[in-house]
Amino acid sequence: MDLSSFLTAGELASLGEQAPRWRPGLADARHSEVFAAGDEAGGAAAALALALDGLRPAEGEQREARPFLWVQDAAALRLGGRPYRHGLPETLRGRLIHVAAKTPEDMLFALEEGVRCRDLAFVIGELAGNPRALDFTASRRLSLAAERHGVPLYLVRLDAARDLSSARMRWEVKSAPSSAPRWNAAAPGRPSWRAELFRARAHAPGEWILRDEGNHLAADRLAATTPDHVDLARAAGDRPLAS
Amino acid sequence: MSIWLARLAIDRWRLEAGCAEGEGADAEPHALIAETAHGPRIEAANDAGLAAGARPEMRLADARALCPQIRVSPSDPAGDLALLGKLALWAQRWGPWSALDRPDGLLVDVTAVAHLFGGEERLLADAQDMFARRGLRARLAIAPTAGAAWALAHYGPERAILAPESDAAKRLANLPVAALRLEGDVLTVLRRLGLKRIGQVGTIRRDAIQRRFRNRRSPAANPLLRMDQLLGRLPEPLLPVFAVPAPLVQRRLMEPIRHRELLDQVVADLAADMVRELESRAQGARRLEIGLWRVDGEVALRHLEFAAATRDAAHVCRLFAGKLDDVDAGFGFETVRLRASWTEPLPLAQGDIEAGAEGQGTSLAVCIDRLAMRLGEKAVRRPVPHPSHIPERAQRWQAPLAPEPASQGELAFHQRPLKLLDRPEKIAVLYPTPDGFPRSFRWRGKAHDIVRIEGPERIAPEWWRERGGTRLRDYYRIEDREGRRYWIYRLGLAGDGRGGAPDWFLQGLCA
Repeated sequence: MDLSSFLTAGELASLGEQAPRWRPGLADARHSEVFAAGDEAGGAAAALALALDGLRPAEGEQREARPFLWVQDAAALRLGGRPYRHGLPETLRGRLIHVAAKTPEDMLFALEEGVRCRDLAFVIGELAGNPRALDFTASRRLSLAAERHGVPLYLVRLDAARDLSSARMRWEVKSAPSSAPRWNAAAPGRPSWRAELFRARAHAPGEWILRDEGNHLAADRLAATTPDHVDLARAAGDRPLAS
Repeated sequence: MSIWLARLAIDRWRLEAGCAEGEGADAEPHALIAETAHGPRIEAANDAGLAAGARPEMRLADARALCPQIRVSPSDPAGDLALLGKLALWAQRWGPWSALDRPDGLLVDVTAVAHLFGGEERLLADAQDMFARRGLRARLAIAPTAGAAWALAHYGPERAILAPESDAAKRLANLPVAALRLEGDVLTVLRRLGLKRIGQVGTIRRDAIQRRFRNRRSPAANPLLRMDQLLGRLPEPLLPVFAVPAPLVQRRLMEPIRHRELLDQVVADLAADMVRELESRAQGARRLEIGLWRVDGEVALRHLEFAAATRDAAHVCRLFAGKLDDVDAGFGFETVRLRASWTEPLPLAQGDIEAGAEGQGTSLAVCIDRLAMRLGEKAVRRPVPHPSHIPERAQRWQAPLAPEPASQGELAFHQRPLKLLDRPEKIAVLYPTPDGFPRSFRWRGKAHDIVRIEGPERIAPEWWRERGGTRLRDYYRIEDREGRRYWIYRLGLAGDGRGGAPDWFLQGLCA
């Protein structure tokens, strides 16, 4: 076998370099997963910020406010509570439709019905742990439905391990110290999150500090501590074994 | 024909209590009351109550002074009106159309129908008999005009009949002026003028009365207009009541069906029929009821509610499929009936010229119906603001497509967390007593060091709603060393006399 026809590791790495870096405003993924801890609201908040970021270019000409769906399963509800209208971003306040699903199966049903609905702006799901119902098939089903109908899906995984998934972008989000507010230096300021894009179909992985600037999402790239192509040799947990 | 149900409210109360006239609960003095700004007021009283001195329009306190043992129950004007509406439809057995005469009367047009009942006396006797059979006391009268019939029913002799050829002015001259259907203040004016009978109104020159009531345009405030209506010189349009039957389709089956596939086929046929029926009325269904009649006489009923009016047969079938799983077929169903008990106007709409745009995805109402069908009505909801400063009370949940309740303006809060725990969780906090900033806390077994803090935002209890011992809350927005942001509060102050050392709770998770 002629090994010379294959790319060398160096060439592969440079290919990874050529892939466009993710930046705010690139709303191309219809199915994203956000891994976060269950004892903070950072995951849901970052998912909302990403969703709003994806909505902005699309909403340019049609300002009519489409509602969005927020689905929680019972465990996620117990861990992190319910969404609170007065704490939502200003533009989303009157648009929330909340679905409380008892089991992960019901939750997947609700997510799928949500992404099939043409009148929804986006769908946010909050799911705790690694339920058996959310296997690769279910995840693929969601991806296909979301891409077919064009409704973005952001699935927040609380306290979950990085299992197999067909999500186009997979983030690991943690709360980061907030920026200093203008008036009261001792107070918490605008929220920010440390987000690691550890797997994406169209982008190179990387790590950012995301900041919610009120009307847009700002991202500061953190210098990679390790070269990006190390991701190729990561433990097989987050990618299909066959690839 | 005018029908006056003189004791409608009390008759209805008696029928609901299930006792005959003058027996059981009706033997004791009883009054129906309405809450007013000046305390409870009697709306109606039964015979025993009237005998004991209770009168309508009386304060309950005054009635209690006369008759301490009087019993009361709340009046229900809306229920009375609903009953009156039903009676108006039922009264169409005596004439082609009927109208409501609020609050306790009916008007039926019996022009040229009396011969069907054997004459006007027989007609009145029949009506009186039928009302008595329903347990309602009624006074009836027939006259050429609605005004005259009303006057005779309320103030004339029992079952009065005013023939068209007789002189109405003369017949009615002896009735009190209240028989003219005038407002209270007009009656007072007439009484002060010394006009007590209808006949006396005619003794004064018309232009004198005209001048007196020259700026009263409404008939109820102008005795001359009422007089003319009574004598038929002025038209008096009435608003008739029409029955609107709920759209109903049914299938009687030649052979009883016992299998699910056949039933699904029948339901699909019925849904298609129902859609056609609704289309012809330009309406959409909000609630559908399906009834399945079994061979042995059992009836299985299932109902379905939609988030928005719909006329989509496939959607209906899909939702019914989930509802019919637990129906026991027994020896088979012989009749299936579908009824739309709640409909809303839904105009016919032009289909999209691009078939693809409609096929793409589902509409919001369909999506919500499907979710509510599988997860339950309570699972799909929308938060709406509620005027309260207590955080958990400042938002309420309602059906997703219902309109938001009207309000003058939302309360502007400073900063609120993204998510609120269903029940605030108790945390152990290190803080300088009595009311210093918290330094660190322990929640769900993990310690958090507080590095940034804003507060306190003090929210006092709602004294008009809660008990006196409720403590105030001091809210702090905090951020811990790792950047996690929470919303915590201290319940009460040390030494506020409402319990011991204050407790701390974590209520919200900030973005």
